[in-house]
Parts: sequence; structure tokens; C-alpha cells
Amino acid sequence: MESLYLAIPLASLMGAIIAGFFGGYIGRKGAHTATILGVGTSFVLALLALNHHVFNGAEAYNATVYTWMISEGMRFEVGFLIDNLTVMMMAVVTGVSLAVHVYTIGYMADDEHNWPNDSLAGTNSYQRFFSYISLFTFSMLMLVMSNNFLQLFFGWEAVGLVSYLLIGFWSVRPTAVYANMKAFLVNRVGDFGFILGIAAIVMYTGSLDYYEVFGKAGGLSSQTMSIFSGVEWNVISVICILLFIGAMGKSAQVPLHVWLPDSMEGPTPISALIHAATMVTAGIFMVSRMSPMFEYSDAALSFVMVTGAITAFTMGLIGVVQNDIKRVVAYSTLSQLGYMTVALGASAYSVAIFHLMTHAFFKALLFLAAGSVIIAMHHEQDMRKMGGLKKYLPITYWTSLVGSLALIGFPGTSGFFSKDSIIEVVHHSSLYGHELAYYAVLGGVFITAFYSFRMFFMVFHGQERMDQHTKEHLHETPWVVTGPLIALAIPSVIIGAMTVKTMVFGSYFGNSIFISESHNALAEFSHGFHGVWGFVEHGFKGPALYLAALGVISAWWMYIKQPGSADFFAKKFSWLHKLLENKYYIDDFNAWAFGGGSRGLGDRLWKVGDIAVIDGFFVNGSARVVGWFAGVARKVQTGLLYHYAFAMIIGVLALLTMFVIL
Amino acid sequence: MFADWPLLSLTVWVPILGGIAVLLSGDKGDAAGVRRLALVIAVITFILSLGLYTGFNTGTAEMQFVERHEWISAFNIFYHFGIDGISMPLIILTTFTTILVIVAAWEVIQKKPAQYLAAFLIMEGLMVGVFAALDSIFFYVFWEGMLVPMFILIGVWGGERRVYATIKFFIYTFIGSVFMLVALIYMYYQGGSFAILDMHAMKLTMNEQLWIFIAFLMAFAVKVPMWPVHTWLPDAHVEAPTGGSVILAAIMLKIGGYGFLRFSLPITPDASHTLDWLIITMSLIAVVYIGFVALVQKDMKKLVAYSSIAHMGFVTLGLFIVFQIWENPANSDGSGAILAVEGAMVQMISHGFISGAMFLMIGVLYDRMHTRNIQDYGGVVNTMPIFAAFAVFFSMANAGLPGTSGFVGEFMVIIASFHANFWYAFLAATTLILGAAYTLWMVKRVFYGEVVNDGVRALKDLNQREFVIMFTLALAVLAMGLWPAPVVDVMHATIENLLQHIAVTKI
Repeated sequence: MESLYLAIPLASLMGAIIAGFFGGYIGRKGAHTATILGVGTSFVLALLALNHHVFNGAEAYNATVYTWMISEGMRFEVGFLIDNLTVMMMAVVTGVSLAVHVYTIGYMADDEHNWPNDSLAGTNSYQRFFSYISLFTFSMLMLVMSNNFLQLFFGWEAVGLVSYLLIGFWSVRPTAVYANMKAFLVNRVGDFGFILGIAAIVMYTGSLDYYEVFGKAGGLSSQTMSIFSGVEWNVISVICILLFIGAMGKSAQVPLHVWLPDSMEGPTPISALIHAATMVTAGIFMVSRMSPMFEYSDAALSFVMVTGAITAFTMGLIGVVQNDIKRVVAYSTLSQLGYMTVALGASAYSVAIFHLMTHAFFKALLFLAAGSVIIAMHHEQDMRKMGGLKKYLPITYWTSLVGSLALIGFPGTSGFFSKDSIIEVVHHSSLYGHELAYYAVLGGVFITAFYSFRMFFMVFHGQERMDQHTKEHLHETPWVVTGPLIALAIPSVIIGAMTVKTMVFGSYFGNSIFISESHNALAEFSHGFHGVWGFVEHGFKGPALYLAALGVISAWWMYIKQPGSADFFAKKFSWLHKLLENKYYIDDFNAWAFGGGSRGLGDRLWKVGDIAVIDGFFVNGSARVVGWFAGVARKVQTGLLYHYAFAMIIGVLALLTMFVIL
Repeated sequence: MFADWPLLSLTVWVPILGGIAVLLSGDKGDAAGVRRLALVIAVITFILSLGLYTGFNTGTAEMQFVERHEWISAFNIFYHFGIDGISMPLIILTTFTTILVIVAAWEVIQKKPAQYLAAFLIMEGLMVGVFAALDSIFFYVFWEGMLVPMFILIGVWGGERRVYATIKFFIYTFIGSVFMLVALIYMYYQGGSFAILDMHAMKLTMNEQLWIFIAFLMAFAVKVPMWPVHTWLPDAHVEAPTGGSVILAAIMLKIGGYGFLRFSLPITPDASHTLDWLIITMSLIAVVYIGFVALVQKDMKKLVAYSSIAHMGFVTLGLFIVFQIWENPANSDGSGAILAVEGAMVQMISHGFISGAMFLMIGVLYDRMHTRNIQDYGGVVNTMPIFAAFAVFFSMANAGLPGTSGFVGEFMVIIASFHANFWYAFLAATTLILGAAYTLWMVKRVFYGEVVNDGVRALKDLNQREFVIMFTLALAVLAMGLWPAPVVDVMHATIENLLQHIAVTKI
């Protein structure tokens, strides 16, 4: 198995290298063939690994690939930990990635139109795009397969790099290159916490290896450390909160969420792959992987839960007022990531991962469907210029409907099982902040249903608001686009019912997830589980289903039945509308406080500190000397090297003589 | 085959004598022949220095490849060479970088190429001498000597304000080194030897140590440079020709860090201990303060120069944090000190590659556009896509991305400083944000976006020669980021020995 595990990420990397460095020679076809073969190989091998561990019940595999370095006896390694949690992530990552690869053939087919005529940056952009998404797949695999914190951080930053490259893929667009820098910097704020967390782990456990660190986690929960003098903090809480700050960056939790909506500047396939299905869930995966640590800190778990709840609710609300089709889906992603985070806080790691998986399918589907609409509309993204697309794009329409229903948790779809589990689990939690979290996720259900179907109705139903030219050219997108839609629609419906029993209530995760006995929300919830049908039936008894229905009906009423009513409400609650349109003014605040603030500070330090004080005051003290020197220097500067060399030799001799005489 | 050769002498004298040969061959004749000769000498020197790596015994902290001859016997001054795990990697860095600098000058330097190339070769020999010398006066001769070619480089091939920059550079460094010389002579009168290793073993009172420490600090802090004696560096860089900037950033700054390791810590361990707060404070100010200053620079070279100062802050932080790591009661087993010093060493070598690459890149743009103002650029990716790809790569390395060498040292020092104090690690880790901010903002303004003017529109992408330089450096940065073990392994024995030595008081 060992070489097979190694082959999984390397197959994707090979594709990336071939398409990236030799894209000019092998052409478009060569590039997409190479990368799809690479990722396809990764996918098939990942399924083999899944089969090996899940169905054949193989033991967890934990081994070193190579030793990066050894310092002070501590080993810094690259290695794999493959267990049921890992194989599931590997299958999801490679599966969605493969679908996106195929889809990209259609989406990027006429990418040359996205570049200025005389720009060489557009040369081989198609091949480069494939190279990047394969490189991303490699990085993400290394992240999830890691058995230590060093490699985790490697993967963590590597996916950030590829995200940077892809958001700014159309590097001549000012908005795109602003968004990618913003994404990288905001993620760096998270990584700032993350690296401190890793440093704390090294200090208190002397190791970077997961198993070794987990083994010592219990002992750390009784230790304290002092950050501000006089205040003692629990070591494990400090570590977990620092690590979670990293997760807040990568998984876009408030207040580090600001980069994700802007990341929509990138081409749609990567919005689906990176900014919906996989990379942004790295934080969720990480916390689940670290469950043996988080379980020892109620403070950290509460922090996680409240952060998630705030994200789930407030970000969903912004989605209600967006008019750009991709941004609606982006805010929906933020909100759903909040749901997963809430589940983590409730110690229901398996539920979080379960929602991660179902969400990966239906959100990738929704993004790719949005992309299909965008292709058909000739790169128009404003929903106010769409409408009535149902008859032109039948496959996109039906698959979108499937995706939307899964997202709002229509009974029986995959999203229903995962979202209901989260709501129920939070209901059973007794951690500080669980009431807030419960009402937030419940309220979120209504909001989700409303914005999802607002988008659905605005795009596919009602009046056709596009111009005549666009309308004449409207037709369903090619099979490379619709094929992946269908491929993703199937799991969006069935995967929940198929796996809920083993993943949420069963022993699927075995030893990969640890839950302390005092955190029994999931256990209590499990008592009420009597099979898949029972779960669906139970859904009809809870408030969530009715809230979702109310959301859909409200959307229908406001955008189909009474199309003018949306404007009426926007005017009536203009303060709220304005607040949401401006995204709670967080971007403005950041631009003012951090962007402007640090530039102002830098300017002040430079002009006052360096120029006025150090150079002006101290160095100017010797300025007269300098002036005198300059006068002398001007005379001796003949520009001929042997004069200087001569002077140099004289100088050395003089120096030596000085010693001899001394 | 190298086993019996006096490799260190060869690595010092081959480039110096070769440089003189290049100089004598003159600028009147065949410029191409002169360039080839210079390149051959640099390559031979590099191959000779590789012998130092292959023949190096990583199992011992003793000096290796030792050569010792009488020189000025009246004062016990010896022609004394020898290397250990600290100096060997820095010597190879020197010989490696010199090749790149010579190739980078190829058709760019039209004004007196023979003299230009000779200056680099002579400087190479002198810098290797600095790292290899084990007699402190011998060291001092190289230390002062290497500045002369650098003054000439800036003074002759420099920019408009080159005289100002040269004088500033000269005064700063000269004042610093004079104090060091006084300290060395003082120790000679006390101990009767100029040998550095004798000075390591020499007993010194606290008072003596403090004075000597401060004298060394004056010399080395200027060289690193540490805040607040850093203001000569941006000026020197701005005026220096590309090759001069590369050598300055990649190697000369390291001599300051090397000095702390070779002189300050082992000779004055008690003073280093007592005054470590001063160095730590100056280092952390360098990381944070300079990070903000770098953000607002308008000249690319100044920006990278400031970024160098911030990165070198990690070197001094790693070196002087060891005492607090040992003393932190929360760090019960006292671990982390080796990590700190090795991190500082790795940071020096990595910074050699990355800053060298950054300055070479600015050189590539400057050769074409004759401006370094960020404002004069924009959308370079449209005309120089291959160059832009390298630029993004090296910028990411500069921002410490894992997988590049820039990550390794910073990671080690941040982790180690956590062992001393949470807040040290906190302030040091701000480089993750600040480093990315100033580097990527520059990338955004220079490379991305639409073509802003006709100058950018007319740009031609890298030629073969430039491509080879960039590619070589990229490989080095990547290799060290993906597998730093070979670099770190050669240091273990020396650094462990050094730390054992400084843990014992000399009083």
C-alpha cells in the first residue's frame, strides 16, 4: 500500500508539472489529457485506499516518507497518516477535482478572449490553468494525508499559494489582483495564529507528530501558561485557539471571512473546487483531526461554536441582498462553513465532516451550474439581467434545482441529513454558547432557503431580462460542462441517505476522532436514531423543515408572485438593506484600519524614525565630516581601478606597519 | 583528489590572483575573453569550495582543513585558516553567488568590464578569507580589505548619489570596525595571542566582557545591519550596481551574523547573556518596525533592502535568544536553543539565495527601463510572463512560503523563540503578515494589471543568460525548502559545541 499512497498525490503533481512546464509543447489537448489522467489516477487510487480502509477494515497507516531535517533531536518529517477520515477526504478531493477538470475543458475553451490582444500573459493560459488545479489537488492531498504538523502547515500554505495564483489568474484585471492579494494576506493572519499554535505544541510536547502530540494532550490540559503576567491560561486551550485561528483564515470564519467573497474574481471552476468544496474545508478537517486536543478544552470548543454560529447567520443574511450569481453562492458557502464549525464546537466532528462531504458535492454542483449559466450568458453574472433561463438550459436548470434542494435540506437529499444532524446536535449540546448557536443555525435555515430560491427564481423563472443579442445566442452548454453537473447531482441526492448511518451514528471514524465523555451531544442525539426513514420522519417534527419551506415560499412570493415587493422591503428596511449591502462595513473598516493604518504607520516610521531621527539627527552629526570626506574623495576618484588598488595596498601596508610599531 | 591540497588557501587566492590577472588583461582588448576568463576563475573557485563540503567531517566540532603558518612572528600573528560547520556553508554560498554575479554582468556592464569583474573576484577571495581566518588580525585584514572592492564598485559603477552612499557606507562600517580592532588588541595584550580559538578559551571579567561585547556589537551590528544602525544599507543598495547589491545582501550582511557567532557569543558569553535583552529588542524592532517601513517604499531596491534588514532580524534574534530559552521556567527541559541558532544559520544562507534573486530581478528590470520606481511599472506580466513567474516565486520565498528556503529559518526561529517567551514569537511571527504584505503589494503593482506605459509595452522577456541565473537560484531556493537536512546536518556538531561553550561562565 505504501507506494500506492505515495502515488496518489504524485500522480496529480506529475500532471501539474507536465502541463505547467511543457504546456507550450503539448498544446491544450496534451495539457488537459495529462492533468486529467493524473487526477484520474489519484481518484482511482484514492478509491482503492478507501476500499482498503473502510470496507476491508485495514488498520490506520502511519509512516514517514522522508526526513525533512533533524534539529535538536526533533524530527521534522514528511509522512502519511491514512485512516478512515483521511481516505474520505482524499476521495472527496480527488472526485470533485476530477469533475472540475473535465468541466474546465468547456469553461476555459475560449479563455483567450479574457486577455488583452497584445498580452503575452494569456499565452498558454489554458494549460497553465490546468497545471494550477492539478497542483492544488496535490497540495490538498498532502494536507489531508499528513501525519504531522509541519507537513500540515506545508499543505496549508501551498493551497493558499495556488488559491492566490488562481484568484488572480486573470492577472490583468485590477479586481482580480486585488482579491488575490487580499486573500493571501487575510489567510496569513490566520496562519500567524496557526504557526504560534505549532510553536506551542513543539514547546510543550517536543514533537510535531500527530500521534505523539495527541498522546500528550491529556497531560497538557492540567498545565497552565502565562501570556499576560498574572493571568494563567490553560495550555491546551491556548494551543487549540491558536490553531483554530488558522482554521478561521482558511475556512473563512468571521472576522477572517472577508477574502472569500472577493475570491469569486477567479474563474468559476476554481470557485467550485477551491472556494467551496475543498480548500475552505481544510480548517474543518484540521479541527476534526485535532479532536484529541480540542476535546480537552471547553473554552476552545465554545469559541469554535460561537464563531461558527456568528458566521452561519450573518453571512447568510448578506447572501440575501447579493445580485451577482457567484457572490450569492459564495455567501452561502460562508454560511455553510459556519454550520460545520458549529458542529465542531458541539464535539460532533463526524457530523461536521459529514456536512463537509455532502456540501462538497452540492456546492460544487451549484457553482458549476452558476458557471454554466455564466457561459451561456456570455460572462454576465448579474442576476438582474437574467430570468426565464429554464427553457434554454434544461440540464443546468434541473441540476441546479437538485443542488438548491440539497442545500436547503429538502427531506431525503444529502443536505437534509447533514444539516438536520447539525441542528439536532447543537440542540443537545450543553457548552457555553449553545443557545446562541442553536437559534443561529435554526434562523440560518430560513435564510438559506430564501437566498437559494431567490437566486433560483431570479435566474431560471420570471421575465427574461437579458438583451436581445444574448437571448438569441442562448443555448445549453456542451457536455463537458453538463456532464460534471449530472455527475455531481447524483451524490448530492443520495450520498446522505447512503452514509448517514455509518458516518454520523456508526463507528466509521473509529479512532481517528476522539470525543470526551463529558461532551455527549452526539451520543444523546444518536439515541434517537432509528434508521434512515426514521430520520426523515423525525425531520417533519422539527422546526427546521418548516422554516426552509417558509423560506422558499417567501422567495417565490417576492420574486415571482409580487416582483415589486423586494424593492418595497428594501426601501422599508433601508438601514438593514444598506448594512447588508455594505457587508456590515467590515471591508471598509479593514481598508481604513489595517490597510490605511499600516501604510500610515510605515510612512511615519520611515520619515520620522529613519529619515528625521536616525539619519537627520545622528548621522547628520557627522554630516560635516561626510562633506569633508566627499571633497577629498572627489579629488582621488580618478575612476581607474589600479589607482584604487594601489591605495588599497598602501592602506593594508600602513595598517600592518601600525601594528608592528605598536 | 582534493585531500592533500590546501583547499582554503586555494579558495582564497585563486580568485584574488585570478582577479588580478583579469585586471591586468585590461579593458582595451577583448571584452568577451575577459568575461570568459573571469567566469572560468569563478567556476574553478566554486569547484574547489565544493571540496570543502565533500571532505567535511560532520561528526566533529573541531576546525577542519586547518592551515597554519607564521606570518608576523613578533606579534604572534599567524596565517591561519580553518573551517567548521558555521563557516563552511557560508563559504560555499560566497563562491556560488560570485558565479551568478559574473554571469549577470555579462553584457550589462559595458563600462570597464575587466575592472568590474576583477573587483568581484578579489572581493570573493577576501570574503572567503573572512570566513576561513582563525587568527583575528588575519581576519581583520580580510574584513577591511573586502570593503575596498565594494567601495570601488559603488563609487565607479554606482548611481547618481554614489559618492554620498559610499561615504555613508564607509563611515558606518569603519567606525564599527575600529572598535573591534581595539578589542582584539586588548585581548592580545591580556592573553598574548591573536588566535580566535585562544580568545574563546580566555578568562575575562564581566567588566572586560561588557566592553569587548559592545566593541564587537558596534562592528557586527552595522554589518548585519541591525536597527538603528541600518540606514546606510538602503542608500548603498540604491546606488550600487546590481552585482554589488547581490554581494552586499547575499554575503556581506552575513559577515555580521558570522561575527556574532565566531566572536561575540563564545568570547563574551556572560556579557552576551547580560545584554541579550538589548539584541532581542533590536531584532524584534527590525522585524516589526522595518516591516512597516518596507511597506511604504517607492523604490524597489529600497523595499528589498528594508526587507533584508527585517529578515536579518531573525538571525540576530535566533542567536541571542538562547539564554532566555534556557532560563524560561515554563520550558522545563531547556530545549530550543539549538533550534534557534541553527535557524539563524539557515536564515542567513536562505537569505543569501533569496535576496540575491530579488536584487538580480530588479537588475533585470533596471537594465531595460532604467528606473526602479514601482510607480513606473505595472502589467509587466503582459510582456515578460516568464520573468513574472520567477518574480512571483522568489517573492513568495521572500514572504517565507513553506517549500522555499525562506520558510525554514523563520519557522525554526519562531518556534525557538516561543520557548523563551510567547511575545517574542508573537512579534517575530508578524513577519508572516508584514513580509507577505510588502512583497506581494510590490508584485501586484509591478507585475499585475494592464500595461501602464510604452516602456513596459516594449519590454522583452528574459534572455537565455538571465533565465539560467534565475533558474539556478530557483532550484537552490526550492531544494533547500524541500530538503534542508543536508544544510542543517553540517552545522549540528559545531553549534552544539558552541552552545555548550557559552553555557559556561567565563568569569
